[in-house]
Amino acid sequence: MADEGATVLTAAQDAGIYIPALCHCPDVSSQGVCRLCLVRIEGRRRPEPACRTIIEEGMVVFTDDPEIERLRRVILELILSDHDFNCLLCPKSGQCRLQELVNRIGFDEHRFSRLEHTAKDLPIDTSNPFFDFNPNKCVQCTICVRTCHEIAGIDAIDMAYRSDNLRVSTFANKPLKDSVCVSCGECMERCPVGALIPKKFKHPTREVKTTCPYCGVGCGLYLGIRGNTIVRARGDDESPVNHGGLCVRGRFGYDFVNSPDRLSLPLMRAYDEYAQPSSVVEMNEEGRPITLPLVKREGKFVEITWDQAIRYVASSLAHYKGDEIAAISSARCTNEENYLFQKFTRVALETNNIDHCARL
Amino acid sequence: MKKSISIPSIKNYRIDSVESLRRLREILVAGEQTTGKFVNVCCGSGCISSGSEHVREAFVSGIKGHELEDEIKVKKTGCHGFCERGPIVVVGPKNIFYQHVTKEDVPEIISETLLEDRVVERLLYEDPVTGQKCLHENDIPFYRKQKRIVLKNCGLIDPTSIEDYIKVDGFQALAKILSHMTPEEVIGEIKLSGLRGRGGAGFPTGIKWETARNASGEEKYIICNGDEGDPGAFMDRSVMEGDPYSVIEGMMIAGYAVGASQGIIYVRAEYPLAVHHLSTAIAQVTDLGLLGRNIMESGFDFEIKIVKGAGAFVCGEETALIASIEGKSGRPKPKPPFPAIQGLWGKPTVINNVETMANVSRIILNGHEWYSGIGTPTDKGTKIFSLVGKVRNVGLVEVEMGTTLREIIFDIGGGIQGGKRFKAVQTGGPSGGCIPEELLDLPVGYESLAKAGSIMGSGGMLVMDEDTCVVNIARYFLDFARNESCGQCTPCRLGTKQMFKILQDITRGKGRPGDIEILLELSDAVKHGSICGLGMTVPNPVLSTIRYFRKEYEEHILEGRCRALVCRSLIFYRIKDYRCKACLKCLQACPVDAIIGAKWQVHEIDQSKCIKCGTCMQVCPPRFSAVECVTGLIEGSGDKSE
Repeated sequence: MADEGATVLTAAQDAGIYIPALCHCPDVSSQGVCRLCLVRIEGRRRPEPACRTIIEEGMVVFTDDPEIERLRRVILELILSDHDFNCLLCPKSGQCRLQELVNRIGFDEHRFSRLEHTAKDLPIDTSNPFFDFNPNKCVQCTICVRTCHEIAGIDAIDMAYRSDNLRVSTFANKPLKDSVCVSCGECMERCPVGALIPKKFKHPTREVKTTCPYCGVGCGLYLGIRGNTIVRARGDDESPVNHGGLCVRGRFGYDFVNSPDRLSLPLMRAYDEYAQPSSVVEMNEEGRPITLPLVKREGKFVEITWDQAIRYVASSLAHYKGDEIAAISSARCTNEENYLFQKFTRVALETNNIDHCARL
Repeated sequence: MKKSISIPSIKNYRIDSVESLRRLREILVAGEQTTGKFVNVCCGSGCISSGSEHVREAFVSGIKGHELEDEIKVKKTGCHGFCERGPIVVVGPKNIFYQHVTKEDVPEIISETLLEDRVVERLLYEDPVTGQKCLHENDIPFYRKQKRIVLKNCGLIDPTSIEDYIKVDGFQALAKILSHMTPEEVIGEIKLSGLRGRGGAGFPTGIKWETARNASGEEKYIICNGDEGDPGAFMDRSVMEGDPYSVIEGMMIAGYAVGASQGIIYVRAEYPLAVHHLSTAIAQVTDLGLLGRNIMESGFDFEIKIVKGAGAFVCGEETALIASIEGKSGRPKPKPPFPAIQGLWGKPTVINNVETMANVSRIILNGHEWYSGIGTPTDKGTKIFSLVGKVRNVGLVEVEMGTTLREIIFDIGGGIQGGKRFKAVQTGGPSGGCIPEELLDLPVGYESLAKAGSIMGSGGMLVMDEDTCVVNIARYFLDFARNESCGQCTPCRLGTKQMFKILQDITRGKGRPGDIEILLELSDAVKHGSICGLGMTVPNPVLSTIRYFRKEYEEHILEGRCRALVCRSLIFYRIKDYRCKACLKCLQACPVDAIIGAKWQVHEIDQSKCIKCGTCMQVCPPRFSAVECVTGLIEGSGDKSE
């Protein structure tokens, strides 16, 4: 029993029947361009794409018969003939939808060998700081274009040119960096093949569910971990906040976690007249994660203890009053910490001059 | 004494009722009767390119020279169809049909025919069979078997003069529906007439209108598809150029029937004359009050805009055309939803071809019984074909449905040029197939042509003689299809590319056994797997040539022979030593010095150098005829043009 208004493809999937599809993505509308999900429907003249055909009462669908299988194989061979399938070097290998389709449908090796297979040799767009676009691996499924239009709402990319020159392009074919792309990476997340691949790609070995630390929205995400390092982040589809979507910060902004430059404690400038740390330790070798407060002495930060830092701040604040003081908190803190801080500012310091840094 | 005639001016005249249209027509017809003599110069694109503008200017100045400009009217008309014989001039009142008229002939026509009422014999058409001179258009075999319904005004009226159109019952059909018929009656009339879409697919027009009428929505659109993209087809262009008013009237009737108040004509920008005539016509009709608000006090509003297409073949497909009008890239959308339900801007939209629109006023005026009496039980009315290729009478022909291909090509078209043998006829442009000699008695109709592996299409008819290589033709059409594919769906984008590659290999002598089978399998995938009509039909040239000329494919692949001597890689030139008189002519003419020989020494072609341009064969004196062209692969004679 399928839902009314469901497509043949989703109804079949719900019923556990496999229909191959490449350009179908449940998050965006179906365009029916890959033509791999063609099925035969009794009473219709031509094979119809399952992803766009709405089910009807009493509809008889053949998802697999020799005729459909031959059609699918030819179409798959055509896609392969146009695809740079150097799978051994492709980061997508193992998660590639095209590989899966080849495994499920198979192809006629003899016929495939007779098709012309010329390398497209198009330049790879590496201008975006977070992901690369390799048009040689693109299968023109248009999922990225639909994602940019329907999910991101940016319309940074569209299909350009025609015939076998058809390709994904930004306005005026500029590099992604110079386009209106906001690097949210939604397209990259949905690319079924290795055409849109994150830079520094590593497969995570486990995932941790958490909340994005950037802004107050609180998107749910999964951090992919390899060893002790975060190697990827993906939106949590179950999260009622973001339904799997992420912005550029949530998706790509995790480098700071393992950054050697990261500060985990407050800093102090050593030449400040109020700073009289009793024991000052010079900062050690460069790149060591800092676990103690630092003071800057003659242009250099030095570590101090928390007690010293708090004493210093308290003693400084004593010189000022009310609106002479402004407080800035960090979006990196939790909601609770930020709440406390604004309470402290308004009640204890008696000023409304409070702001935060979440304006990246 | 100089006679002065008052030619009625319709400036500031506004038609606000059926009665005022009738009155205007009476005035115009009365004005016509006082002027007896006229000169109609064909100014269709075909005749213009053979110089009819100069002919017209010569007439105007010549008549001025005789101070007869008030008595003899020089008119430029739309296409007569007989483009082979252009420029065409019809001289009245006797309607004498002159062909191949140059501006040098004009003084003679003026002095002989217009002044002395004598016929200039040498400019008349001579029947090649009987040798008789034909005085009138209808005496010419080219016209005798035609039935001109849609084209009836082409060549008769000045396409920039609304007065002319009103004189020949223009807007009478519009007046009839606005005063006597409900929209449902109009749709019923069109349905009963059996009119089917002339763009190629043959969908019943009445049903399309009814669907759009019943579709929910306040706003509806009428689109006239003038994006004629088939190579060698010029039916719609001629109608738009020669009789734009009929197209406009048809659209208005469609608008009334469907409940639309806006019409759009989508024309290719490559048809500047059609765009010019249409926009002139729209301005004139609007000035007369026949376009705009409350037309003829009926409460019916309608306006028409022109949108120029940028010349993509696929934009002739209705959903791609709508996308193009909306400012998007011209890519077809999968159907359903059909445009009649959800078309332009998501509103119900009727899209009809130019020829279909031009049929409408004829049907309304003469009744569905009259129209359905023309043609065959399944295909009603007439169809315009642009007859091109190796046929003797190239031009535009309108024939009754059910006329056989043989009648069109041999009776109307006059047979094959240069006494060659007929080989095949290709109907429907890149979407159609090649029909061989044995099927020449096939009656023209949507189903009969589809059964033969071709389509009616919009009406291109390309005649091929024995010097045409069918494999090369298939390659040519696939090249066109592969470039014009919008590329969005896999089978069409990549299938046509691979098919083209295989066909190219075959014509270059690199065919391999099994190529035909792979072509058939790829064709099948493209035909059944593509989204739109383009993909569904572009394998037709390949499928039909394999079906009817498989032997020639096999000759190319297995024997390396091209019997039509077209595929350059498969032919070579050689000099028959027993005929060569060592005259040095070919030796001197050869552009690549491929001919070895000297005076007193018989010449020989160095095949490794030869580029197969055929110059040697052309320059060899006919009395020697020493150079021959032979097919078959020989050592070292690849195609140097690659």
